[in-house]
Amino acid sequence: MSSPISRDDVAHVARLARLELTPDELDRFTGQLAAVLDHAADVEALDVTDVEPTHHPYPLRNVQRADVVVPSCDRDEVLAEAPASEDGRFRVPPVLGEEA
Amino acid sequence: MTDTAPVVEPTLPDGWELVVGLEVHCELSTATKLFCGCRNRFGDDPNTNVCPVCLGLPGSLPVLNGSAVDYAMRLGLALNCTVNPAVFARKNYFYPDMPKDYQVTQYDLPTSTDGHLELPDGTVVGIERAHIEEDTGKSTHVGGSGRIHDATHSLVDYNRAGIPLVEIVSRPDIRTVESARAYASELRAILTSIDVSDAKMEEGSMRVDANVSVRPIGSDELRTRCEVKNINSIRSLGRAIEYEANRHIDLYDSGQTPRQETRHWDEANGRSTSGRSKEDSEDYRYFPEPDLVPLDPTGAQVDAIAEAMPPLPSARRHALADAAGLEAGSVALVVERGQDELALAAISAGADGGIVIKHLENNLADGTGELTAESFAALAAMEADGRLSATQAKTVLTDLVASGGDPTSIAAAHGFEAMDTGELDAILDRLIADNPDEWGRFVDGDRKVQGFFVGQIMKATKGQADGKVVNMLMQQRAAG
Ligand SMILES: [Zn+2]
Repeated sequence: MSSPISRDDVAHVARLARLELTPDELDRFTGQLAAVLDHAADVEALDVTDVEPTHHPYPLRNVQRADVVVPSCDRDEVLAEAPASEDGRFRVPPVLGEEA
Repeated sequence: MTDTAPVVEPTLPDGWELVVGLEVHCELSTATKLFCGCRNRFGDDPNTNVCPVCLGLPGSLPVLNGSAVDYAMRLGLALNCTVNPAVFARKNYFYPDMPKDYQVTQYDLPTSTDGHLELPDGTVVGIERAHIEEDTGKSTHVGGSGRIHDATHSLVDYNRAGIPLVEIVSRPDIRTVESARAYASELRAILTSIDVSDAKMEEGSMRVDANVSVRPIGSDELRTRCEVKNINSIRSLGRAIEYEANRHIDLYDSGQTPRQETRHWDEANGRSTSGRSKEDSEDYRYFPEPDLVPLDPTGAQVDAIAEAMPPLPSARRHALADAAGLEAGSVALVVERGQDELALAAISAGADGGIVIKHLENNLADGTGELTAESFAALAAMEADGRLSATQAKTVLTDLVASGGDPTSIAAAHGFEAMDTGELDAILDRLIADNPDEWGRFVDGDRKVQGFFVGQIMKATKGQADGKVVNMLMQQRAAG
């Protein structure tokens, strides 16, 4: 049986998660993740037609709060925790790519 | 195309058809954010409406705003959607405007699905889904020319982070630029009339992205689409779609294929520029949000929201059009301005629908002031039976708007006494006697001299005569 995940897949997922992996780690994690996916495939093989999907472990629904303003944090205190700030805003390195 | 250019239906080159779906993000006008009690307000000083939850600080937990859920369900019902049990999910990506490194949204189980929206001209556009999600913070790029590519750094304001949004995704049912614009206007009208969003494109509380592709006419395939972002007005929406469609056609014509990607509309230069290649949704690694429990509204809750729904723009257009005896499309402007209630009242007080709509469209764009349904109806009656000319009616209307009152006495005060036809007959007799050649030509069917006689009568009556009545008298005289 071919591996359910390729080394390239693992490199791609690592990049999405901003993880820097060495070639050795890539090999090791490809094997480990393949084992996890094999296990998922075993579960997937079960007939679950009559089983309710579980979206959440607790049987709670519709937990909501009233739409009432509560005081926010003090800005100076908040920005003091940031690596850098400017003009009342968080200062971050330039972003490459898409403007949000 | 300039600002003053009339809106004309831009045509694609022969043989091509436009296929457009729109994704509209609208901020809900709740008092607080989606998951925390920070104030939801545009224009406050940066980072004054922030707390551990919307800053994504470790250990903080979201608690869902009940009003946001009510607003989202109201919107779903207004878009003729089914309101479903829903589950929140995390959309994972790294960007400084999203301090948690994920955005809470709804993915495979959204609140609203499978609706539609009717445009004023009767076109129906399908709605695939309308889901709840949180807004991101606002980045400003600093240094260079202020553009993202040569910025030296960015500044982030998290006041907007966590503000409740509904994202409304249409089906790719839109076939013309005009329909795309009409869809955005209609959605804005719905959002404001059900009071869930102020839907201001210029403040970003309504943001429209367009998924654009083209195909040969007659085909039903869906070709590669590009998502065009950064569209800041309904006018830009039309320009951006037109540009993008023509870009695709040029590529196909030269044997190439567009690349599926996100593109940025550059309004100043009238073109779009390439952004990143669009991620597959797998790249966002969605999974159910463990900190929020599912939403499962009861039927009674959904029914109560449906019952409290104010009349929607399309229903209001149909009601007014039926009452006025006109097409729904021709009363759209009056409904958009919220003048349909006055129009309906005037019509039910006996006014002619066509006259009422004409005045509202042409003469009452700046508001109806002190004008009441009764005085409007009385004025329309005077105009309909020729006691006032159209020009005189407009003058009386201006007074009614400014200070109210009775149209009959206002007309009298202006000296707009209805000409009795005896007086007009006498003037016409004299004109015929003085201009026998011209009259002969009129009787022989030369309609060009008609204007001469009407002009002379208007001059003799100082503009008091009703043009319609004059024409009628001349026809009768020529025939007799
Ligand atoms: Zn907050």
